[in-house]
Amino acid sequence: MASRRGRGSSGGALVRIWPFAWLVVFFALPCLLVLRISLSEVATAQPPYRPVIDWSAGLDGVLAAAAELSLDNFRLLLDDGLYWQSALSSVRLAATATLLLLVVGYPMAHAAARLAKRWREIVVILIVLPFWTSFLIRVYAWIGILKPEGLLNTALLKVGIIAAPLEILNTETAILIGLVYSYLPFMVLPLYATLEKLDGTLIEAAQDLGATPTKAFWAVTVPLSWPGIVAGTLLCFIPMVGEFVIPDLLGGSETLMIGRTLWSEFFGNRDWPLASAVAVVLLVLLVGPIVVFRELEARRSAPGAGGRTGGS
Amino acid sequence: MHRGNAFRTVVLLLGLGFLYLPIVVLVIYSFNASRLVTVWGGFSIQWYVALFANAPLMEAAWTSLKIATLSASLATVLGTLAALALVRHGRFGGRSLFTGLIYAPLVMPEVIVGLALLLLFVSVGADRGLWTVVVAHTTLTLCFATVIIQARLASFDRALEEAAMDLGCPPAKTFFTITLPLIAPAVGAAFLLAFTLSLDDLVIASFTTGPGATTLPMRIYSQVRLGVTPEINAACTVLIAFVAVGLGLSFILTRSGARHRDEAAGEASADAVAERHAEVRS
Repeated sequence: MASRRGRGSSGGALVRIWPFAWLVVFFALPCLLVLRISLSEVATAQPPYRPVIDWSAGLDGVLAAAAELSLDNFRLLLDDGLYWQSALSSVRLAATATLLLLVVGYPMAHAAARLAKRWREIVVILIVLPFWTSFLIRVYAWIGILKPEGLLNTALLKVGIIAAPLEILNTETAILIGLVYSYLPFMVLPLYATLEKLDGTLIEAAQDLGATPTKAFWAVTVPLSWPGIVAGTLLCFIPMVGEFVIPDLLGGSETLMIGRTLWSEFFGNRDWPLASAVAVVLLVLLVGPIVVFRELEARRSAPGAGGRTGGS
Repeated sequence: MHRGNAFRTVVLLLGLGFLYLPIVVLVIYSFNASRLVTVWGGFSIQWYVALFANAPLMEAAWTSLKIATLSASLATVLGTLAALALVRHGRFGGRSLFTGLIYAPLVMPEVIVGLALLLLFVSVGADRGLWTVVVAHTTLTLCFATVIIQARLASFDRALEEAAMDLGCPPAKTFFTITLPLIAPAVGAAFLLAFTLSLDDLVIASFTTGPGATTLPMRIYSQVRLGVTPEINAACTVLIAFVAVGLGLSFILTRSGARHRDEAAGEASADAVAERHAEVRS
């Protein structure tokens, strides 16, 4: 054992330095840069093409940069109700969509996990397959379906369920449909992974002891699939809060979602420091969920930890 | 029990219908002769003809393919190394920081990643264009690649590697002749995923690109904002066909790969057992 580890670690440093260095330079460092720019004033950072810190001036340069820091952007964010609303409504929409995803995704994952093995594989492939086609295309397809003279309204009018076209496109309903549709595979897969491993004899035992199928489901199946529920929830909720394409294409011009606010501050108003401040706020909103997600994933993939979660 | 079965089938059919209906509608209407999206005017391929005559769109497609190939190749190499580091080199200093760096970009909103990278490129004075998008896409996709390859490596039988090294094979050669062929399906899957993600990305590319490097999603997005057009339906159908063919090929490849692998592993272990026997007897 000891000799194997010794042999492995000689090349280990070489192996791990490249991806590690890449992520430090192109992920960790830029995130710090966002923080730095968010603390600078509009005047000094526009256009922000000059170096953020004047390294040639040594410590003085760093100090000078530190002296320029200001919280003005964050004060502006606090004062303007628009930013508050966009932050709150993105969390609200993402939370609603996550609940809907659980309602839609859990029965699918549960049904898929109970199929015969042959069918199970095919169904899982079918669920994942749309994920491989362009996200943009899948969101775009809904415009044609939801718009006033679109397919859904045409069909409903023909059948006679409604008398006038429904206004769905450019409302929050359209955003929710888009979110649920686009993130469904991300919810179903983690749920399926835990439900598939679930020991069927436990449910039989519960039923033998007199539990109704409904009771057995809530008392045994749901608690045992908890890791899948948490993973699916985080995997969907975190990116949905910062979603840009779905609110922009399906939600119309009045939707407030923080990802879209950041985009328009950046591309519309060209206010880079303010856009950075919005990014920092978004990150602060998500730091808790991201840390939990990271811990879960790290524990799951840790060698020797074993896939079994404490169910017994 | 029968009732349960029927319920399950209905749930799955509804769910899959929900997933596939929009895509099917899109493909059907790309062959519509009428410009109106809801009126069927007969079968026609005129939008495909218009599509291939659309020079800016074709140029953007070419740019996207170049970026996807370059970034997916880089991401696969880096992802393989990262997966090896995570699975093989148990505990090393900064391990938890490293796993954090791998998992955070997986869920980080794209607007933040895009903005952060742009600020980096601007502050070092890099000329923005094709290469900055390649770097940005590599950063995101290498994390996905790591997760896929890591899963394969975790269930890897290290006895095969040890056998090679015990027989005097140097570590580098062991990696290329034993490890890499055995994890090849996962490496291939990682490349495909990285390629697709890069081809698909709108947000990060919009932030990090520069003049002369407009990608296909950016082009499609700017047209989509003006409304649904049959020409874009056609472009989307071509992309879907492209992905479908790619997936079909990779499915066939991994299937045959898995069979070969199982056979090879079977033979190898049989050999090992025979050798062990010979050793014990002598």
